[in-house]
Amino acid sequence: METKSTEPKLRVDGLTFGYGAKIVQHDVSFTVPEQSIFAIMGGSGCGKSTLMKALIGLLRPSAGTIHVGDVDYWAATEEARTEIGRRFGVVFQSGAIWSSMTAEDNVALPLRMFTALDDASIRALAQLKLSLVGLDAATSVMPAALSGGMRKRVGIARALALDPDILFLDEPSAGLDPISARRLDDLILELRDGFGMTVVMVSHELPSLLAICDDGIFLDAESGTAIAHGAPKVLRDSCDHPTVHAFMTRERPPNKQTQNAGGNHGDG
Amino acid sequence: MTAEPLAERGWTVRIDDTRLTICLTGDWIARLGSGAEPGAVSEIVNATNAEAGKISVVGFDADGLGRWDSALLVFVVALRQALQGDSPKLDEAGLPPAACRLLALTADVVPASEPPADHLNLFERVTEWLIGLWAGVLDVMTLVGDTVLRSGAALRGKVRMRREDLLACTYDAGIGALPIVTVVNVLVGGILAFVGAVQLRKFGADIYIANLVGLAMVREMAAIMTAIVMSGRTGGAYAAHIATMQGNEEVDALRAIGVPIYDYLILPRVVALTCMMPLLYLYASAVGIFGGFVVAVSMLNISPEAFIEQTRASVGGSQVLFGLAKSVTFGTLIAIAGCRSGLNAGRSAADVGRAATTAVVVGIVGVIALDAVFAICANTLDF
Repeated sequence: METKSTEPKLRVDGLTFGYGAKIVQHDVSFTVPEQSIFAIMGGSGCGKSTLMKALIGLLRPSAGTIHVGDVDYWAATEEARTEIGRRFGVVFQSGAIWSSMTAEDNVALPLRMFTALDDASIRALAQLKLSLVGLDAATSVMPAALSGGMRKRVGIARALALDPDILFLDEPSAGLDPISARRLDDLILELRDGFGMTVVMVSHELPSLLAICDDGIFLDAESGTAIAHGAPKVLRDSCDHPTVHAFMTRERPPNKQTQNAGGNHGDG
Repeated sequence: MTAEPLAERGWTVRIDDTRLTICLTGDWIARLGSGAEPGAVSEIVNATNAEAGKISVVGFDADGLGRWDSALLVFVVALRQALQGDSPKLDEAGLPPAACRLLALTADVVPASEPPADHLNLFERVTEWLIGLWAGVLDVMTLVGDTVLRSGAALRGKVRMRREDLLACTYDAGIGALPIVTVVNVLVGGILAFVGAVQLRKFGADIYIANLVGLAMVREMAAIMTAIVMSGRTGGAYAAHIATMQGNEEVDALRAIGVPIYDYLILPRVVALTCMMPLLYLYASAVGIFGGFVVAVSMLNISPEAFIEQTRASVGGSQVLFGLAKSVTFGTLIAIAGCRSGLNAGRSAADVGRAATTAVVVGIVGVIALDAVFAICANTLDF
């Protein structure tokens, strides 16, 4: 097992990104230390998932750099990016399970594509990943027969298939009941500690954020950039920014936003 | 992180009294072999068996262990399964603490059940196919019945559909289809002229090319070719659209708020295609005859006036009516087949593809079968 270090695993500098001419967020900078659980927070529609798309290589940012380890990700060649991308595990918001194959095949596909292992080893590894997320009884089940929480777990098992260095999670506990969400939080912690992974999660589920995240960034839709950095607990207890305060304490936001809440959310 | 070269994984067995210790060495990385190789585990099991009941505990020594990931876990889980129920107990305390935590998560691994074999013999396959065919026939009967019932309601003005939907469908099935209908029918008209010329020239009856092209287009080809094009283009699109809505739970949402699916989703499409098909048919006949005209005049030395005069004499109003009747029927059939296979689709991405395929196949086969029925009826009635 590698020893815990404070070496940044992911370093983002002055990142500006959006779709075409529409800039979603500008000048976002943060670092993710190795083996930490880093939260990307913010209200709905502030660009959290878009930031994650830029981090995992699905969306080229319009300015700024992303360093993975000491490699400038977007300046690297496409082959180098693919190589780095294989060390990422990504869990999408809906699970994004391939519907035409069984849970086990979903987990086995990355192994079949990117390793030279024989079929028995691949099956054993896929089985192990499914049992890590508590789904060992559901290996030969088609995704259509799984519940939402189980699909999310299959998604996590699939993301773990290649033993990633960094695990990206988009809204892991959205749509889950509190008990399942809590179990998922524990699972993320166990996996981080067990495999020594770095975890980056997009979330606005307060209990999860407070329970497991070591550090984080708060994106704001109105100003179009990050308005706070720090662990969710610290932000809750000591951040003065009204939006962050309202988010973290679930209190009624200051007047201006109350007026907007009824109608147009698209200012800024 | 992967800068230093990896040491090859390995293990040795040490026996002290009743305890067998597996000393792990090297880096256990899954990408480079998972550790579940049957040889490794069975060797250890054999080693314990060789001591004939003397060994009561199998433990680990991880002092020589380098980096590890799931490869190590798979190895331990495989050992755990191999030693299940036997007398030696597996003691996992010697493993790295992080590995123990992960192994605790997998505590009750059940061995993978083999997926059910899907090898059917010929008899089962044929039976399955026949059952499917019968289900298909029933399905067609249901949808024809539904359409008749809902059309009755529509005539009494008791349907709920959105004007926007109807307009969008009408535009798509009408003006949107013009380019491809033009290309296909001009070419078919031209091809008919060529085919006719080869035979008719032998008898010096070149001028009857006009009759051939005119009659064939108006009676058969314009309706058939347009229907086939529309089946692939519009029928397939209807099926894919509704199947995707099905997958996104949009259809469920409509049902939940009590919107009648048949009126809201299917009727606009059926009405649009049924109304547009006759117009497309008239247009297709015209451009088809034009295609024949161009070929006849430019390549077969027939005078334009003669061609036009001959066409006018041969193609009567009743032929056009016959073609119009067919095209209305075809339009209804294609639209219903498309919508129905969309509604019957499952919820996965592959199901959308299957729904589109079914719509197109049922559309094309249905159109040609119906055309045969029309031909037989026309023959019997001397039409």
